[in-house]
Amino acid sequence: MLPNLSHSEIMRYSRHLLIPEVGLEGQRKLKAAAVLVIGTGGLGSPVAMYLAAAGVGCIGLVDYDVVDFSNLQRQVIHGTSGIGALKVESARQRMLDINPGIQVDSYNEPFTSENAMRIARDYDILIDGTDNFPTRYLTNDVCVFLGKPNVYGSIYRFDGQVSVFDAQRGPCYRCLFPEPPPPGLVPSCAEGGVLGVLPGTIGTLQATEALKLILGIGDPLIGRLMLYNALDMSFEFVKLRKNPKCKVCGLEPEITELIDYEAFCGVPGHDHEEGTVGGNWDISATELAERLKKGNHLRLVDVREPHEQDISHIDGAELFPLGQLAGRLSELDSAEEMVVFCKVGTRSARALDLLVGAGFRKVKNLKGGINAWAREVDPSQPIY
Amino acid sequence: MPTLRIPTPLRPYTSGQSEVAVQGSNVAQAMNDLIVRYPALKPHLYNGEGNLRPFVNLFLGEDNIKDLQGIETPLEIDDRLLLIPSVAGGCRGLARPLHPPRSFQG
Repeated sequence: MLPNLSHSEIMRYSRHLLIPEVGLEGQRKLKAAAVLVIGTGGLGSPVAMYLAAAGVGCIGLVDYDVVDFSNLQRQVIHGTSGIGALKVESARQRMLDINPGIQVDSYNEPFTSENAMRIARDYDILIDGTDNFPTRYLTNDVCVFLGKPNVYGSIYRFDGQVSVFDAQRGPCYRCLFPEPPPPGLVPSCAEGGVLGVLPGTIGTLQATEALKLILGIGDPLIGRLMLYNALDMSFEFVKLRKNPKCKVCGLEPEITELIDYEAFCGVPGHDHEEGTVGGNWDISATELAERLKKGNHLRLVDVREPHEQDISHIDGAELFPLGQLAGRLSELDSAEEMVVFCKVGTRSARALDLLVGAGFRKVKNLKGGINAWAREVDPSQPIY
Repeated sequence: MPTLRIPTPLRPYTSGQSEVAVQGSNVAQAMNDLIVRYPALKPHLYNGEGNLRPFVNLFLGEDNIKDLQGIETPLEIDDRLLLIPSVAGGCRGLARPLHPPRSFQG
């Protein structure tokens, strides 16, 4: 039995009611629907705002983070006044401002194997707006086990992907990506960057798919993956098929309950960037400054991209972008002491790994990258 | 020659090129040609045993080559291959070194 609409709701949603594919019954379906949005960042922002505006009756938000200054370039549900606030609360306030007639449930916790089934059980659709592989695989498996559709989106720089994974009607995420890349092989948005409007485009498409699923109209992206490139302004589609050997939704599934996704992916799913290697391989910005002040000869190797040097730099550093490092080892001397650095220490950790693999031993990673240097040593340099 | 579309995350290894012309009458040959031209791509696409990594998806037109004849799928001169990567797609850096060094000897 679908809920009725009040006069005020009929006025609010009149532009929906005029569309025959939605109409009064469709709007009542939206009011009766419950959607869980995993992540209230770049993708979650437009998803949550548009679903709220559209009148989806119950929207759950899962995120454990707080609003950071560097989020505001793309996470449009949050504002400058919300810096430091819990993301789920900041998002909830914005959604209820858009539409006070809906229910917003906030879960200020990481989405984990321990709580995922409990949180997801009462929702009709899950929307994957996460930023890491462990949570993506977890979201997929939860949807497979609970028989719910997973509206997937991911972004990198100018590229986006969108699909609807519904194991009851087509392939799941694991059918396409049976396992994640090894840690470090795929750059994150924090390292590689993302055009601020890109999650707007992709998140809005995810919201569209969710509304279509609730309304039961159109052709959802089940069995299709959409690839978007903002530079080419291209939308391409490829066909996805169910993999009969899929470990979670195949004919003889090996995985029948939630697993340890961080171990599966080899990375922590709910960790903040640290920019460390561990052991004696790290050097702090303060320690590096002291050694340079003492006149120690240290070769400074900046593994960032050339355009990042325009943002901040350390005097005397030489540029060896990570992608070129393997081919330029002959320009380095393993007898020389050197310190590798990048923005926050993630790429330089990979550079260090590459150098050690090539026989270099007198090499250290600048812990926290040039951002730590700007914080601790040289405040004239901006943090980005 | 067939062309291969390179996704953004792998473009640093193809001198920034988004499309690369490759020689070969099937997918395996085309991929070998790609690796010969851009050796730095190899660890991103192949595992130690020389097989395509499971998270690397190659599409010929709309179809995954796994649904065609795999790497033996024949290529026509004007075919276009799409390389589709696994993208975490978010805002945090979680990467760790591929092989964390165990000890510091220097």
